[in-house]
Amino acid sequence: MNTILEVRGVSKRFGGLVAVSDVSFSIDEGEILGLIGPNGAGKTTLFNVVNGVYKANQGTITFAGKDITRCSPDQVVHLGLARTHQIVKPLNDLTVLDNVTVGACFGREYLDMGAARKVASEVLQRVGLERTDMMARSLTIAGKKRLEIARALAAKPKLLLLDEVLAGLNPTEVAAMIELVRKIRDSGISVLMIEHLMQAIMSLSDRIVVLNLGRKLAEGKPDEVVHNSDVVEAYLGFPDIVDKLTRME
Amino acid sequence: MILRRPFFWIILLVAAGFIYAPVHGNNVSLREDLILIAIAIILASNLNLMIGYTGYVNFGHIVFYGLGGYVGLYLTTARGWNLVLSALVAGVVVSVCAFLFGLAILRLRGAYFALATIGILQAVQAFVSNFDPWGRSTGMYLSFNSYQSLGGARHALWITYFLIIAVMTLSMIVSLAIKNSKFGLGLFAIREDEDAAVVLGVNATMYKAIIYSVSAFLPAVAGALMFFKNGMIDPSIAFEYMLSLEGIVMLMLGGQGSVIGAALGGSLYERLRSYLLTSPVLSNFHLVIAGGLLLMVVLFAPGGLIGWVYRLVPRARKVIE
Amino acid sequence: MSGVLASMIDGLLVGAVYGLAAMGLSLIWGVMDVINLTHGSMIALGMFCMYLLFAALKINAYVLLLPTIGAGLIIGLVVYWMAVHWVVGRSMLMSLLSTFAVNMMVIGIGTAVWSTSPYNVNFVLPGITVGAYTFTGNHIAAAISAVVIALALQLFLYHTRTGKAIRAVADNREAAELMGISSTVVLSIAFAIGIALACTSGALVSTLFPFTILSGGVYQLKSFVVTILAGLGKPFGALVAGVLLGLLEGVVTPFIAVSWIPLIEFGLFVVVLVAFPQGIFGKRAAA
Repeated sequence: MNTILEVRGVSKRFGGLVAVSDVSFSIDEGEILGLIGPNGAGKTTLFNVVNGVYKANQGTITFAGKDITRCSPDQVVHLGLARTHQIVKPLNDLTVLDNVTVGACFGREYLDMGAARKVASEVLQRVGLERTDMMARSLTIAGKKRLEIARALAAKPKLLLLDEVLAGLNPTEVAAMIELVRKIRDSGISVLMIEHLMQAIMSLSDRIVVLNLGRKLAEGKPDEVVHNSDVVEAYLGFPDIVDKLTRME
Repeated sequence: MILRRPFFWIILLVAAGFIYAPVHGNNVSLREDLILIAIAIILASNLNLMIGYTGYVNFGHIVFYGLGGYVGLYLTTARGWNLVLSALVAGVVVSVCAFLFGLAILRLRGAYFALATIGILQAVQAFVSNFDPWGRSTGMYLSFNSYQSLGGARHALWITYFLIIAVMTLSMIVSLAIKNSKFGLGLFAIREDEDAAVVLGVNATMYKAIIYSVSAFLPAVAGALMFFKNGMIDPSIAFEYMLSLEGIVMLMLGGQGSVIGAALGGSLYERLRSYLLTSPVLSNFHLVIAGGLLLMVVLFAPGGLIGWVYRLVPRARKVIE
Repeated sequence: MSGVLASMIDGLLVGAVYGLAAMGLSLIWGVMDVINLTHGSMIALGMFCMYLLFAALKINAYVLLLPTIGAGLIIGLVVYWMAVHWVVGRSMLMSLLSTFAVNMMVIGIGTAVWSTSPYNVNFVLPGITVGAYTFTGNHIAAAISAVVIALALQLFLYHTRTGKAIRAVADNREAAELMGISSTVVLSIAFAIGIALACTSGALVSTLFPFTILSGGVYQLKSFVVTILAGLGKPFGALVAGVLLGLLEGVVTPFIAVSWIPLIEFGLFVVVLVAFPQGIFGKRAAA
């Protein structure tokens, strides 16, 4: 198995606040790695560091063999690393199609308008958004989340960072989204996903990394991690609750 | 590609109209009216690239026009260069300066950027007022024999007119081309959400600097041509803050973000202004009326005239760009 | 050398007035994220307000500051309801344009009523002479007035309920509303105060220099420079930055031709904008 992403000893400070402290992990090709932890643990900050929005104070990030520690977000996308945002950022006064075309135009393949439009249409079909002429601002929250993912997919990434794609969705939408993430991985894209919804994380992830107060608390297969006593204490509550939750599919 | 857009042919038609109308019947006063409209369209169209397409409000846009005027007039008067060459060089010089300054100030967002553009306008005006080779606050005058190389004053005025119409046409064509291009899509993404655009792979820093410098080129060329035609330039008329702001009013009136919006807004406002300034009763109220109009647009019709048309006839969007 | 010192002190004094003007701009910007482009015309209105009051009542101009402040508050409320209320929370471009539109209208009406010939407020206080230099009484009185008003504003913002409400709304409008603060009322009051500060600074300027309806523009630009230097949110920061600007002008004027001063000021302005995101003292609102 090839390693697609290697994060080593990454730390990020904001003035006196240490948001991420000495975090290391790696993702293999074709893997879905779940990233969990209490609010404020530094998960989104870690995403921001990986994709270049923030510069790490310490540590290195290697993507597909290239050192991307000092890269800006637009450079990172060209290499094949795309992400979605926890609070969706649709390009409101553009159509759904135009939104995704942006992803295809400026992504890994850097296509011209004509080719990009075609890729965009195809990705939108895959993701299940049909009304492509609609203004992005008119979508429902579930639609906007799909749009985020479609835009990221249109960039033809090798690794996709998903930041709480399930937040704010009802149970039906959650089930559909879980299916979509699985299909994405099955198409050959590796996934790093932040999630709070335990049943989703448990059913999707090949491995899980747990962050707490900026540090890595645990790492391993889902079953091991959720029974880890530190994780239970910091995040989950009671060990039994996990079994109860994972049975609530 | 662009030849397939129906609006491209509409632009050419309009340009043909601008050329035919005053030539037919040798109507000099019509030509003078039309040239003012053409300048308004040039300024509004290029300003639209920054405000309508990229979402960065440039309050000091007139600095490109004025600076182009100065460089152009300097080259023709002090150096004796040919008009077209001077105008082109003026365009290049000003847009290169814009690119360099742009890299610095485009790091600012929203209102801070707007203020920086005001600062640059005022600083350039202050600098030119003290700059000896350009006549300091007195400015420069064109020597009459500069017109000789173009076949005499009357002939020169017609030639300048045609050149300005060419610049106007180019301004609209460039706007149309960018709007339908990948570059334009990148700009729109920046306008909607710059951070999201960067995460999607748009090199925002470079794109902004490029469009800022592109938006400077044609106004600079127009400035060189116009001040040549007028025969003189000084800091107060080259860098009129009010003209800069009127450019924004034109854009809002017509409808920012569309090629036709800029053109319509420019034409209508210019006509209104000329009418108000020559009317004995209303000339004092030119500012009040213009201000009132702008307030109405902002409060009730922020999409401008064209926004209103698009809402009535959504299909018009594809043809009337 | 002492000519420079005198010039510096003069600059300091006038700078206090710059600071007062900037406070009005900074307050409105900090509280409702609106850049008030009527600022210049309001300063000019303040000048004419003082002129009219003085011509009518002929009493000590500095006493007339009080009704001027009152007039400023009323004008501020009118402008708020005319143009500002509807654009708070909309894009920055909209608030820039709506306030600019009002500015155009005020200047237009002012030009029609008062033309562009210079006016004067002929009220002179005796000066203070130190050695070979006399500091005009008006300059000193203007500076003192500016400082007193700044102190009053500081007291108001930090020690009264309304002041607290204003600061709450400035911090987080939704949260303040959830606490039961009517943000509309608060915003209109804050805006009115901002305009009143502008008018008052104009009134002070009218006692120092001749003026026209167009004179406000220069002070508006200086207010921008001062506000950017100071960062937003702290009225006293604006006062200090204003004094610094005045000091800078005072230091530079004896040595450099007056025509270079705008270049220095705007050059400084752009440099500070680009290099100091936080202003030199305080914090900036989100752009």
